[in-house]
Amino acid sequence: MAAVTMRLPAVRAPLDSSAPRGGEKHLVAPGDTITTDTGYMRCGQRRRRGGGGVARLRAVLRWPLSLRRGHGTYVEDEKLIASVAGVVERVNKLVCVRALKARYNGEIGDIVVGRITEVQQKRWKVETNSRLDSVLLLSSINLPGGELRRKSAEDELAMRDYLQEGDLISAEVQSIFADGAVSLHTRSLKYGKLGQGVLVQVSPSLVKRQKTHFHDLPCGASVILGNNGFIWIYPTPEQKDDEAGGYTANLEPVPLSDREVISRLRNCIVALVAHKMMLFDTSILYCYEASLPHQIKDILKPEVTEEIILEARQRLLDLEG
Amino acid sequence: MASVVLSEAEKLYIVHGVQEDLRVDGRGCEDYRCAEVETDVVSNTSGSARVKLGETDILVGIKAEMGTPKLEKPDEGYLEFFVDCSSNSPELEGRGGEELGTDIANTLYRVFSCENSVDLKSLCINPKEHCWVLYVDVLLLECGGNIFDAISIAVKAALFNTRIPKVRVLEDEEGTKEIELSDDPYDCIRVNVDEVPCIVTLSKIGYRHVVDATLQEEACSLASLLISVTSKGAITSMKKVGKGSLDPESIFEMMETGQRVGKSLHIALQKILDEEENLGTSRPKVGFLG
Repeated sequence: MAAVTMRLPAVRAPLDSSAPRGGEKHLVAPGDTITTDTGYMRCGQRRRRGGGGVARLRAVLRWPLSLRRGHGTYVEDEKLIASVAGVVERVNKLVCVRALKARYNGEIGDIVVGRITEVQQKRWKVETNSRLDSVLLLSSINLPGGELRRKSAEDELAMRDYLQEGDLISAEVQSIFADGAVSLHTRSLKYGKLGQGVLVQVSPSLVKRQKTHFHDLPCGASVILGNNGFIWIYPTPEQKDDEAGGYTANLEPVPLSDREVISRLRNCIVALVAHKMMLFDTSILYCYEASLPHQIKDILKPEVTEEIILEARQRLLDLEG
Repeated sequence: MASVVLSEAEKLYIVHGVQEDLRVDGRGCEDYRCAEVETDVVSNTSGSARVKLGETDILVGIKAEMGTPKLEKPDEGYLEFFVDCSSNSPELEGRGGEELGTDIANTLYRVFSCENSVDLKSLCINPKEHCWVLYVDVLLLECGGNIFDAISIAVKAALFNTRIPKVRVLEDEEGTKEIELSDDPYDCIRVNVDEVPCIVTLSKIGYRHVVDATLQEEACSLASLLISVTSKGAITSMKKVGKGSLDPESIFEMMETGQRVGKSLHIALQKILDEEENLGTSRPKVGFLG
């Protein structure tokens, strides 16, 4: 009863220009010219004689005065050129390129899903697909029982009982250190250690910023869309009681019906990512509904993926109006 | 081996799923991920193949060179395996990947140690003096779990694609032998791959075993069995890896599963190789930039 399918690789078809796409974006590749705006002013060449007769030359600066260049750009031959592949963003006079595939850059208030990599003195190091490991301080967590008290020395010694290496947590970004490392907190009952479920890792730029990132999908599973690209799919808990921030994991076997929904959602998210579509609750739901006629393991076959994505894309465009 | 860290709850979820024959990506316990096979991707080799099994990406190149036969087998050629894992991850760069590389190479030697796997007598040019040596170079481009299976599929595909030039031995008046290469570049001998075995890795997760484990599933399995199976279902070698123990009963079950799955694997691979061959030059070459 073994199913082994092999195929010859297919040339990746370039996106059809007539295919529906949402909104026009100015996409650039490294080396592309963004603009050749010529609003120049020479900053001038001055010679100063300091004490002692040493002549110093001020550098000649050519700068398009009407624009300020931001991240992902550089100037060459009086042109503004992109250095990363991404979308051009303009805010008044600031021109920058936001890369499509980059590590997660934390912003205060983001929801992230992370994995504990180290247990240190009074804090945990969390891996969140960013340039530096994020930090979860002992003072930023809710203790089991939801109590709020000062952390004592016993709590410090018992850190590993709360969160071990390898555990997954959902948290919110509290602040950002000077070097760019992100400090997390789980000071609400909806954050905390995650129990049974499936983790999917995607590029952070594919997760759409929304009001809420915790979704209970009508198909029977729940999903957390972390801003850092970690998507957590888990069975919807029956009772909505305060599980003390979720430190006591539910270790009962998940029923088969829930498992099917979770596997299907996971394959749908992988299909959406393969076609570089933005991930948010509606797109995942439409993709799920489009995939229902197919078997779960068939969703990842290239031809089935294309069919499902086309249908989901069409529905999303109809939704927009 | 590159491995992922998982939380206890995630591992439990995977184990329970395997118990119910529904893995994380919806496959059953005996299903393979969709594989992509392409041969003749490297131009300056005698034969090459690239296999993508899910996330795992393997590139195999075979070069046929003339050498002297081994002393104990003077009328046969031989195969040499070399595995390079350095392009996979930073921890496997330089010295780190050596251990994994030698481990895989030794497994391949063992799998191909069976006498009938490759017709070595056809690789002989002059007994005791000249023979063809096939240097098989395996490059691990990306490790997404189940590298042994993917490597064995790629080696079989590359052997199928190998073209060894035909040579003639001319004897001079003084008795010195000269080797003449034929002028026609398409005049070559092919390697017969009917008896070449493929490795099937069976990982024990909980009370059941799965085929084609992903990295997450490998992190949940304590013991695995590597079985090399020919297209007729004959087992040529067996190796147990992992720090856990295996019950003899489960070993018998795994062997039966391995034989069954191995036969389907060979059928599917041969079908795709024949299809590729029939397309001939009209096949669009995808390579690495497709």
